[in-house]
Amino acid sequence: MAKITEALTRFPLFHHKGWQTAVRYVLMILFASLMFGVILLIAGKDPLASYKDILSSTLGSASGFSEVIVSMIPMLITALAVALPFRVGLINIGGEGQLFIGAAFATFAALTFPNLPGWLLLPLMALLGMVGGALWAFIPGYLKSIGLVNETITSLLLNSVAPKIIGFLILGFWHSARDTVKTPSFVDAARLPTFFGTRIHLGLVLGLVLLVIFWYVMKYTRWGLEMRAIGSNPQAARRNGIPVSKYMVVVMCLGGAIAGLAGMVQVSGFYGMLFPNFSMNMGFMGFMICWLAGADPLGIILMAFVVSIIYSGGNLLQLTRGLPYSVINILLAFTLFIVLARPNFSKRKKS
Amino acid sequence: MTLLSILGVFSSAIFSGTSLLYTTLGEVIDERAGIVNLGLEGVLLVSAASGFAVTSLSSNPYLGILVSMLAGGLMNMVLGYLVITRKANQLASGLALMFFGFGLSSLIGKSFVGEKINSLTRFVFPGTAVLPLKYSSLFKFDLLIYLAIPAAILVWWLLYRTRWGLGVRAVGENADTAYASGRNPNLVRFQALFVGGMLAGLGAAHLAIAYATNWTEGMTAGRGFIAVALVIFSKWHPLRAIVGALVFSGAVAFQLLLQSSGVQVSPFLLDTIPYILTLVVLIAWGGNRRHAAPAMLGRVYQGSE
Repeated sequence: MAKITEALTRFPLFHHKGWQTAVRYVLMILFASLMFGVILLIAGKDPLASYKDILSSTLGSASGFSEVIVSMIPMLITALAVALPFRVGLINIGGEGQLFIGAAFATFAALTFPNLPGWLLLPLMALLGMVGGALWAFIPGYLKSIGLVNETITSLLLNSVAPKIIGFLILGFWHSARDTVKTPSFVDAARLPTFFGTRIHLGLVLGLVLLVIFWYVMKYTRWGLEMRAIGSNPQAARRNGIPVSKYMVVVMCLGGAIAGLAGMVQVSGFYGMLFPNFSMNMGFMGFMICWLAGADPLGIILMAFVVSIIYSGGNLLQLTRGLPYSVINILLAFTLFIVLARPNFSKRKKS
Repeated sequence: MTLLSILGVFSSAIFSGTSLLYTTLGEVIDERAGIVNLGLEGVLLVSAASGFAVTSLSSNPYLGILVSMLAGGLMNMVLGYLVITRKANQLASGLALMFFGFGLSSLIGKSFVGEKINSLTRFVFPGTAVLPLKYSSLFKFDLLIYLAIPAAILVWWLLYRTRWGLGVRAVGENADTAYASGRNPNLVRFQALFVGGMLAGLGAAHLAIAYATNWTEGMTAGRGFIAVALVIFSKWHPLRAIVGALVFSGAVAFQLLLQSSGVQVSPFLLDTIPYILTLVVLIAWGGNRRHAAPAMLGRVYQGSE
C-alpha cells in the first residue's frame, strides 16, 4: 500500500499500474467495439445507434442494469468452478456438464418434494445440486489423480453427455402435461427469493460470498497455501508431504459442486423450470471469464460484468435492429480475442 | 424389421457420418501439429452458412463447397493468429472462436433461412443400379460421400508419407527439435490449421449443401465437439477416424433401427454411446504411457532463442 502511495506521489496518475491496466482494458473494449462496428456497417446497420441502444438498455436504466446483474450471476459461479481447480493446476473445462447435472439433481428435489417449506427445500436443492456437480467432476478428478487420463479431455467429453441425460430425464419422467420438452414450473417454495422487485435473486449473494471465501481460503489458510504449492510444483509438494492426489480429487469435486450450484441457481432463481438448453453455454462462458481474469476473484467479477453488458445488449439489438440475437456473440468474441491476444499474458500466467 | 428398413438406416448413417469424418480428419491434422481446436463448432457453422449462402446465390453447389472450405481455413487462421502468433491459451481461444462462429454464422445465414438450393447431384452406387428402384434409391450418394474414405487415406498419406506431414508431426511432438532440424514450427502450424480448417469446411459443406440442404441457426448441433471426441477415440490417426465416424453414425443408425422396430430405448441415452465409448477407450489406454497424443498438444511454442 505504501508503495502505491509513493508511486502516486512521484509519478503522474497514469503511471500507476492499476490505472494503466484499467486504461488498457478500456482501450481493448473500445477496439473490440470498433471491429464489431465495422461488421454492423457491412451488415447495413448503424453502429453508433446500435451502441447507443446497447448502452442505454443496460446501463441507462435501473431495470436494464438489474438485468445485467442477473445475467452475471451464473457466470460468477461457473467461473469460480474453473478458478478453484485451476489453482492446483487442473483444467476443469467440464463446468458445462457439471452445471447440467447439478440442475438435474436440484430439479429432482423441486419436483419430488413440492410440499416442503422453502427454508428446507431450497437448501436441499442447493445441496443436491452440489452433489450432482461433484459426482460429475469426480470422474475426471479421480481418473487424473490415479494418473490414468488427463482431466481436460474427460471433463470435455462429459460435457456432451450431460445434456443428453437431461433430455432423457425431461422427456421420460419430468415433462409437464402440456409440454414434453420442459418440466412444469417449480412451486414458489423452490424458487430463490428475489430482491427489490427485480429479477436479481439470492444467487448473486451466493456467488459473491463464494468468491470471498475462495479469496480468503487461498490467501490466508493452510489449504490455500498447500493448493498453491501443488499448482506451482506438484512434485515438490508431494515430497513435502502434501497429499497431492487427495487434493486433486477433492478440489475437482469442489469445482464440480460449485458448477452444480450454478445449475441449481439457474433453474431455481432464474427460470423456475428445467429445459434442455437452459444453460446457454454458461459453463463455457465461466471457463472463458476465469481464464481472462487469471482466476482472480475481483477480475472474475469485472469480466463477468463486461460480458453481461454485452449479452444483455444483444436482446435490444435483436428488437430494434432486426439482427439475430446470436450476432452479439461477435462483439463478445472480439472482446475475448483482443483480451486473449494481449501481450505478455501467457508469461504472467506462469509466474 | 425388413431388409429395406435396415438398408435405409444404413444409408442414412452414411449420410450423417460423412460430414463427421471430414471434420474429424481436419481436427486430426490440427492436433497432430499440437493445436486443439475447441472452436470447431464455430468453424463448422461459419463454413456451413457461407457455403450455403453462396450455393443459394450462385445455384452452383460446387462453388458453395469451395467457399465452405475457404471459410473453414480462414476461421482456423483466426485461431492460428491467437494461439501461434499471440501465444494465447488454446482452450480459451478455441471457445472464443466458437462464440465468434455462433455470431458470424447467424449474421451470414440470416437472409437464407428457409431458402431452397440446388443440392449435390447423387450418383447410384456402382453395381446397385440393377436392384429394384426402392433399394437402389437408397444407394444414391453424392460426390463428397464417395470421396470421404479416399480423403481419410489422403490425410494418412499426407501425414505419414510426405515431408510436410513429417514436419507437422514433428512440430506436434517437439517443436524445439523440429526447429533445430530446420523447420519453422509456427509456419507449419499455420499450414496444418489451414488444411484442417478446409477439411472441416468440407464436412460443413456436406452437412448444409448435400445432407440437410437448408440453413438453420446452430444446425451443426454439437458436431464440432463430437469430432473432437472422435479424434481422441481414433488415437489421432486418420484411418482410425473412419472407424470413429462409423461408430458414431452407427449409433445413430442403431437408434433409428430400434425406433423403426418399435423398441423403446431413449434416443438421448443412445446419443451418449459415442462419448462413453471414447471415455472407456481412453481409460483402457490410459494405463500405458505410450498413448498416441501428440506431446506438444495444447502447449504454447514460445520460440527458440
